Amino acid sequence: MKTPPAFPATGLAPSPAAGVSRPHESAAAQVAGAATYVDDIPEVRGTLHAAPILSTVAHGRLLGVDTAAALAMPGVVDVVLAADIPDDPMLAAFAGDEPVFAQSTVQHIGQVIGLVLAKTVMQARRAARKVQLRIEALPAVLTVQQALKAQSYVLPPVFVRRGDADAALATAPHRLDGTLEVGGQEHFYLEGQIAYALPQEQNQWVVYSSTQHPGEVQHWVAHALGLDSHAVRVECRRMGGSFGGKETQAGHLAVWAAIAAHKLRCPVKLRLDRDDDFMVTGKRHPFAYEYSAGFDGAGRLTALKLVMAVNCGFSADLSGPVADRAIFHTDNAYYLQDVEIASYRCKTNTQSHTAFRGFGGPQGVILIETIMGDIARQLRLDPLDVRLRNLYSEEDIPGTGEKRNTTHYGMRVEDNILAPLLSKLELSSQYRRGREAVLAWNAANPIIKRGLAITPVKFGISFTATLFNQAGALVHVYTDGSVQVNHGGTEMGQGLNTKVAQIVADELGVPFDRVLCTASDTSKIPNASATAASAGTDLNGRAAQFAARHVRDNLAAFVCGLDGCGAGAIRFEGGQVLSPNTTRSFVDVVKLAFFNRIQLWSDGFYRTPKIHYDKTTLTGRPFYYFAYGAACTEVAIDTLTGESRVLKVDILHDVGRSINPAIDIGQIEGAFVQGMGWLTTEQLVWNDKGYLSTHAPSTYKIPTAGDVPEHFTVNLWPEPNREDNVFGSKAVGEPPFMLAISVYEALRDAIASVGDGRPVRLTAPATAENVLKALAG
Amino acid sequence: MVDCHGSQCGFCTPGFVMSLFGLYQSTQGEAISRAQAQAALSGNLCRCTGYRPILDAAQAMQALPRVQVNETEVLSKLERISKHSRGREANSAYMSPATLAELLALRARHPDAQLVAGCTDVGLWVTKMHQQFARVLDVTQVTELRRVEDYPHHIAIGAAVTLTEAFAALVADRPQLAEFAHRFAGLPVRNSGTLGGNVANGSPIGDSMPLLIALGASVVLMRQSGKRQAHRELALEDLYTGYRQNVMAKDEVLAWIKVPKATSMETSRVYKISKRFEDDISAVCLGLNLHISNGRVRKASIGVGGVAATPVRARKTERALSGKPWSQTTIDQAMAVLRKEFAPISDMRASSAYRSTVLGNLLQRFWLESQGIARTDLRTLQPLEAATGAPT
Repeated sequence: MKTPPAFPATGLAPSPAAGVSRPHESAAAQVAGAATYVDDIPEVRGTLHAAPILSTVAHGRLLGVDTAAALAMPGVVDVVLAADIPDDPMLAAFAGDEPVFAQSTVQHIGQVIGLVLAKTVMQARRAARKVQLRIEALPAVLTVQQALKAQSYVLPPVFVRRGDADAALATAPHRLDGTLEVGGQEHFYLEGQIAYALPQEQNQWVVYSSTQHPGEVQHWVAHALGLDSHAVRVECRRMGGSFGGKETQAGHLAVWAAIAAHKLRCPVKLRLDRDDDFMVTGKRHPFAYEYSAGFDGAGRLTALKLVMAVNCGFSADLSGPVADRAIFHTDNAYYLQDVEIASYRCKTNTQSHTAFRGFGGPQGVILIETIMGDIARQLRLDPLDVRLRNLYSEEDIPGTGEKRNTTHYGMRVEDNILAPLLSKLELSSQYRRGREAVLAWNAANPIIKRGLAITPVKFGISFTATLFNQAGALVHVYTDGSVQVNHGGTEMGQGLNTKVAQIVADELGVPFDRVLCTASDTSKIPNASATAASAGTDLNGRAAQFAARHVRDNLAAFVCGLDGCGAGAIRFEGGQVLSPNTTRSFVDVVKLAFFNRIQLWSDGFYRTPKIHYDKTTLTGRPFYYFAYGAACTEVAIDTLTGESRVLKVDILHDVGRSINPAIDIGQIEGAFVQGMGWLTTEQLVWNDKGYLSTHAPSTYKIPTAGDVPEHFTVNLWPEPNREDNVFGSKAVGEPPFMLAISVYEALRDAIASVGDGRPVRLTAPATAENVLKALAG
Repeated sequence: MVDCHGSQCGFCTPGFVMSLFGLYQSTQGEAISRAQAQAALSGNLCRCTGYRPILDAAQAMQALPRVQVNETEVLSKLERISKHSRGREANSAYMSPATLAELLALRARHPDAQLVAGCTDVGLWVTKMHQQFARVLDVTQVTELRRVEDYPHHIAIGAAVTLTEAFAALVADRPQLAEFAHRFAGLPVRNSGTLGGNVANGSPIGDSMPLLIALGASVVLMRQSGKRQAHRELALEDLYTGYRQNVMAKDEVLAWIKVPKATSMETSRVYKISKRFEDDISAVCLGLNLHISNGRVRKASIGVGGVAATPVRARKTERALSGKPWSQTTIDQAMAVLRKEFAPISDMRASSAYRSTVLGNLLQRFWLESQGIARTDLRTLQPLEAATGAPT
């Protein structure tokens, strides 16, 4: 394994701070068990604990809630139901289609009907099971197939077209028709959902929430309590993982806790039990596809007709933009000439599926990669060659005056590095020799078959909703020269605070350890966007950089006045402020400036340039730039049982100029393994009643240390972002998740070794059972 | 862990640090292999890092200046805590006898008490299913039952022997069980759970029983009868009468598991199929023990899990093999019998069809392995050499 250059554990901090592999700012505290999460905050005396009352029926009329038995349990104080909501019984979610608590109808097993409040969390959970629900069952829609038939949608279907897919299909030399089903994924953040609501004086509120979006938590709580937003302060120091699962879902918890706290006039903590978390909260959207692809003898795609059915669950939540992003990533790295995509946002009686790392992107990418693999098999070509021939490029399209460089939503791919990146990985992973070796192995071994695949990733960076692409930050310089930064982003383990501190340290030319990032707090940065879409550092890092720059400019102007030089002549570096004739320490300059009444703190604001996008036609430039990568994966399958193993992974990924290589590599590896879990062992199973029967670590299997191959290399593409982005870096949170599609494609490659060139129908996740089914054809 | 960038969100980190500490203490300065590190961390989950940096930390820690820990002092503190611990629930009487006589006496007096050992399953009945027990009777401190006893033709494993120790004894006699021992459960579960608990719990997907049934294991049940201790012994498969039901009387305790030693005649294997290799519950589990001589199957003993309400013996399949020539034809016939012998359910772990199909295929694997056809094992596989060039 190539280990990033380690920052020495002891010794002087290098300068500049950015571009260096530094440990996560909380690493020492985390390792010592001294980093605090919401549940570690000392409880205020009188705090009550809540547990949710869950629907036991997928769809039905809620006729009665009998709480007598629960109220008689030891320690139980009260029960909170829809009637206790002070204001709007609907959540302030974008689509306005989710009740805070189910009232007259229940829409999935696990929907929250109310809360039991007790003195301890176990008392509350025990009593919640004693609440008797009278529910008259109604017909439930449990699959996308049923939803399509019933035209049961949470949002209207969306269609995207370029050219004439039907005509192109009709004239295509070759054709491939198929269906595919790809399962969802539970976030399985190690820290479950939690909120702690504390009433303050004069109907003001503090809410500690494990959330990616404190601003939305504030907005939702204020809305439910009928208050102005300024009366609610939300704080989040860190999350124990989130992966998109705490983008909207954390808001529910906070609203529930706040309603209970409002009714009982005391602090209320709500921490979901892991099983309840599975039952209540949304997951990655399961997708089903039906497609027809046309292609030429060289394997180049000429037509694509695609229907995507998105299982959204019972409400819209973020399903609209998730399904949109799936459409935006159906091309992945490839030029689609004549294409028609229909996207159905199906309403089913299951949990309301939500954001999850990749946000629909993976469900777009996997479909086109499946097609690439099957085209290669049909034509008996190497899948990598088919992929290379289909890449976006500057090649002219005869007779059109256009080039193969524009996406199906009309955005020119200006920063394309796909061909050189793939070629470099092809060499470094020794793909061609590996292919020969795999063929030789498979010819000689009847039981264990190997597979190999390289798949690329091109992932669009920016929130597709343009308005979210804004951020704010505060930089405070204290008179001792120490620096405190606060920004609108949240720390979920991804190292955002570390990167932002590195950026600010360099902007002020001070050592890294002089800069401290503090908890996300709605009273510091208002109206902040969710920390999502991989854009945390791009947005907040830039805003913090601007805030630091304002302070630096103030100081520079002050020093100019002292030394009689131009502001451009002042440099801030190594903890010093250098003018043409004097060198002062940063601390001395700060002190002097304070005595001279110079402002030592500032805000910073950033909005992403160049982006625009028409929501009705899904065309424009939704993304500021693309992040690229590719992975080469070798797997083996056991043809007797369908079991599989990932043996070798080589990754080449583009993070621009890395602000912190160790953190970026950590994101790449972590995303890959999480993606591998999605496509192999992580299977969500709903039974025929709509009950999620995989709702605990005993039945839902995320990867363990033993699943990670020893040969697992990650290299970074050596080129800064071609767009003007903070430090020349690129976003890294989500794009590498899709590198794991190489695992799925390698598995299909292995399965194909016993086939006859037919498409490999492998339902994802590729559990042993699904692999064995695919082997049977 | 800090230098290797082994923590991201940090929530799982203290657990990993404790597992690493255990590994650090048990290896005492020796170099730690990747496989050792993976085994030591098999009971910990991380959702952020992808494990590589944590495994790196595990392998790097012995190179750091040695930190001495006074284990004796820590252990004596832990002992003191364990003696004075009380259940969090005030009304739960917790009994932890130190001798077999005390255990049987308490069992006779409190036939309603919940027997526990490692609590790897019963613990979840409390925390997840919110069961409360008026009395709990813990067998783990019973001196006599903490032993593995060696006899000429069998070993006797006491009911309080941990899975780690029990498997060490089983693997010593049959080295081919090593992978299964690892796959049985994550390290913390193996260190706290007991073989006796797995057997007495009687789950249809308890993984030790198919193996033990195939090996011809028996159980010794004990109770106090007047002033003396009474015992009876029965074949393991006869212990179970239905889903988590058994023949044990209210005052009886499962005391010993007797496992016949390997003979030169036998070929024995056990196969577990689950979604994840480590720390998972099986979809199906198949234990096989065949005595083959002069090209003929002299005796077949087969235990199966995950196909019925209890772990069972595949008697029809045994009959289909016994006395037959050891050949692909016999295997083909036996596979067909084995696939039809049970009607497993479909659930979240696997479908009925998959369970049946794979059972047959595992018998095929057993045949192939007996023929010395290597390369049927995914776990020992390395990446292809030609493809393992150094990265640029």
